[in-house]
Amino acid sequence: MKLLNQSLKYLSLSILMIVTIWSVIFYLNMLSEIKSSIDEGLENYKRLIILNAAEDSTILTKKYFDESFFTIQEISREQALSTKDRYFDTELYMQDADDQAPEVEPVRMLTTAFEMNGSYYELKVANSMVEEDDLIQELLWDVVWLYVVLILGVVIINNIVLRSLWKPFYDFLQQLKNYRLGRSKQFPEVRTQTREFVDLQEAVNTLLKRSVATFEQQKEFIGNASHELQTPLAVVSNKLELMLEEESLSASQLENIAEIFQTIQQLVRLNKTLLLLSKIDNKQFLENESVAIHEVISVNIEKLIDFSTFINIAVSSSEMEPIAVQMDFSLANIVVANLLKNAIFHNHEKGNVNISLKAGVLSIANTGNPNPLDVEKIFQRFQKFDSNKGAGLGLAIVKAICELYGFEVSYRFENGLHLFEVNFNTN
Amino acid sequence: MKILVIEDEVLLQQSIKESLEKESFLVETASDFYAAMDKVFVYDYDCILLDIMLPNGSGLDILNELKEAGKSENVIIISAKDSLDDRVKGLELGADDYLTKPFHLAELNARVKAVLRRKHLQGNRAISLANLELDFEDRTLLVDGKAVSLNRKEFDILNYFLLNKNRLVNKTALAEHVWGDNSDQADNFDFVYYQIKNLRKKLQECGAHVEIESVYGVGYKLVQK
Repeated sequence: MKLLNQSLKYLSLSILMIVTIWSVIFYLNMLSEIKSSIDEGLENYKRLIILNAAEDSTILTKKYFDESFFTIQEISREQALSTKDRYFDTELYMQDADDQAPEVEPVRMLTTAFEMNGSYYELKVANSMVEEDDLIQELLWDVVWLYVVLILGVVIINNIVLRSLWKPFYDFLQQLKNYRLGRSKQFPEVRTQTREFVDLQEAVNTLLKRSVATFEQQKEFIGNASHELQTPLAVVSNKLELMLEEESLSASQLENIAEIFQTIQQLVRLNKTLLLLSKIDNKQFLENESVAIHEVISVNIEKLIDFSTFINIAVSSSEMEPIAVQMDFSLANIVVANLLKNAIFHNHEKGNVNISLKAGVLSIANTGNPNPLDVEKIFQRFQKFDSNKGAGLGLAIVKAICELYGFEVSYRFENGLHLFEVNFNTN
Repeated sequence: MKILVIEDEVLLQQSIKESLEKESFLVETASDFYAAMDKVFVYDYDCILLDIMLPNGSGLDILNELKEAGKSENVIIISAKDSLDDRVKGLELGADDYLTKPFHLAELNARVKAVLRRKHLQGNRAISLANLELDFEDRTLLVDGKAVSLNRKEFDILNYFLLNKNRLVNKTALAEHVWGDNSDQADNFDFVYYQIKNLRKKLQECGAHVEIESVYGVGYKLVQK
């Protein structure tokens, strides 16, 4: 969930709560305010009725609520003395202005007692009151409207204010997403004065600097380690070569030394490959020139023809559209050679390899393993899908070179063929 | 023929010396910059093997001095650093060749002999052994004066064997020399064996007095019959 929506969620929930509590309190307050104002009115009526009763004694015989809103009843002195002014809610059967027929209506009633000419009377004054359910309904709608308006306001404020406040953050995030260790030259930058974001940038950049330093160290380490291995490997390799020439060795000794020698040769090749990878990673190949890919392809087919005919693999090429690419010549050669070797050697008996170069896309399709290879793993270092066939670095090198120049390299399994493609068109 | 090996790794230096002595060269050695500078300017060598990274100085500086003295054309740089920069710099300073460690002794032999051949050009455009004569310029083989047709790879194989006659040439070294970078898969097949078999057949058919012996799955040796 986006931050914007999160804050909206919490705001609308809390506003809903505040508005609800507020409207209950407001309703209760208003109701008591209404009642006390009605009570004042009743008090007024009382005085007016008593005054009128002094002049017009007929009033004193009014026993029922009919056209007027009071009743007077004679009571005993004791009763009168024990009566206190009492205000209460009750209901009366009556007809309001908005009613078709008389009905039960809520009223506020005052009961009191007074003395006139030695007689004691009980007075009941009533005043019609707001119908509570009407009030509640009215109020509810008001509250709903208030809520809607508040939420709308919050949404608009959120969208305008928060969006503009958080914009530097989203910009920063995008830059961070596009950041590639070892490839991006500039650190992500936040364009704002907001302290939290500036702090964030500093924290992120410190972290990135440390990662870059580690990355560089690691690259250097691989390069240096492979480099330092060259001389000891040369010593061992040459000593073994001399040893193999010794006449005094028995056949079994010779065979053992030969095995050691072959193993050392594997090590030598592995080390050379690691050095190459490290050089590519360190961008030590920058001799860019215009390389005719179609020529590189035909030269490499020619170079590998001895091997492919020996193991009965038919190498054919269709659709060779000439294309020149700006890159290091030896790297172009490695890309083509590695893909070709891969297609030829990871093949089955009497298999075939087809190469095409069309619209800047080199496609190499080969027969071989009847199952598709793991797309995720195939370009990773030291991934071997066949035992005893190289160290599993050939495709990793192809990938590294393509990444260096921004070419896209892909693998898919189509119609029983393994298809590798390199798109030399860069955007 | 006198050869100077300038290499600070003594074990490697000794192996190179031993291998070159088997070819009946006179080999001297130097292990650091000063010793190398002394020898280079006191004696004349037919070929100098020069390591770039030396104690007390750079091999490239020695090469620079040699160039100024007009003696740099018979230098082969041997370096652990396969850097294009060094290679270009070395060759610009007049070095004849650049060999990256680790290398095969057979390959070193071939390179040294190529330098020597270029240095003493007079009439030396061919190698001969027994009744064989291999012409580098025309890339032809004569057996008893009669031309024998060889394809390009067969010529390269035979040439390599002749440069390393009576020496064990291991399969890896041979494959790397003839098929270059693509030879890394050759070990997995009987590829080299197949190529040698064809060459043997040709040599036998034309009555050559040499033989390519197999040495226990390790490699081959060209000997005179």
